[in-house]
Amino acid sequence: MKDKVNMWTGVAILIAFVLMAVALYGALVFSPEEKQLGNTIRILYVHVPSAWIALVAFGIVSLSSVLFLWKRNLKWDTLARSSAEVGLIFTSLALISGSIWARSFWGWWWTWDPRLTSTLILWLIYLAYLMVRSYATEESRGARYAAVVAIIGFVDVPIIYLTTRLWNLAHPPPTVARGALDPIFVWVLMVSLAAFTLLYIILLTRTVEQKNLQREIDQLRQSLK
Amino acid sequence: MENLGYLFAIYTIVWAVLFGYVWVLLLRQKQLRRELESLKEALRAKK
Repeated sequence: MKDKVNMWTGVAILIAFVLMAVALYGALVFSPEEKQLGNTIRILYVHVPSAWIALVAFGIVSLSSVLFLWKRNLKWDTLARSSAEVGLIFTSLALISGSIWARSFWGWWWTWDPRLTSTLILWLIYLAYLMVRSYATEESRGARYAAVVAIIGFVDVPIIYLTTRLWNLAHPPPTVARGALDPIFVWVLMVSLAAFTLLYIILLTRTVEQKNLQREIDQLRQSLK
Repeated sequence: MENLGYLFAIYTIVWAVLFGYVWVLLLRQKQLRRELESLKEALRAKK
């Protein structure tokens, strides 16, 4: 069973590596310059996938938290915590890449428009979730409190999604969904999205495995006392 | 062309962070496996 898991992990890592290489080639070589954005269109291929994973990862955190509070099974808590750790990395990348992109195209690093602000709030919720975990004196209590933070924090996800659809903001509206982007850019973006999604799944499963190993170590330490 | 510096900065940051995270995960995994093995060894010796 363990050998089979290792084999599939190896295959997934290989596919992710190839997809990442193809995505990088697509973004930096294959993709032409865009009429308005010029070369900065290439930033889209890392910014949008990072933002996508930020939202998906928090969806997993919230859903797993609901299941943990309902079933009281630690495997859901482990999944939620692992997804929060990986999600925080991708949310940070989305914020950093967005900020540099804005600086290069519009001339500002940051503006308090609803899309940017709600994404920053998501980053703070991730941070709050992980801080509640690490500061709790009792692990089970920390898990319960963090689950509540994740469930309440999920309110921010549809807000982020809807901001550019409801308001006319500094952040551009979703050009792909409106069909305003040439198909060649959409294809490169799709490859990049697939690569980032697979990378997220691999990082998530590795992090979950580490949490399980840590739990096993803690149990062995207890039995040695 | 003046935007190439920003483009370079973003790709460098994104890939450095992702590779750094993978590197930390691999190191941690190795350390945990080593710790688990030594604890199992200690438990066997105790029995």
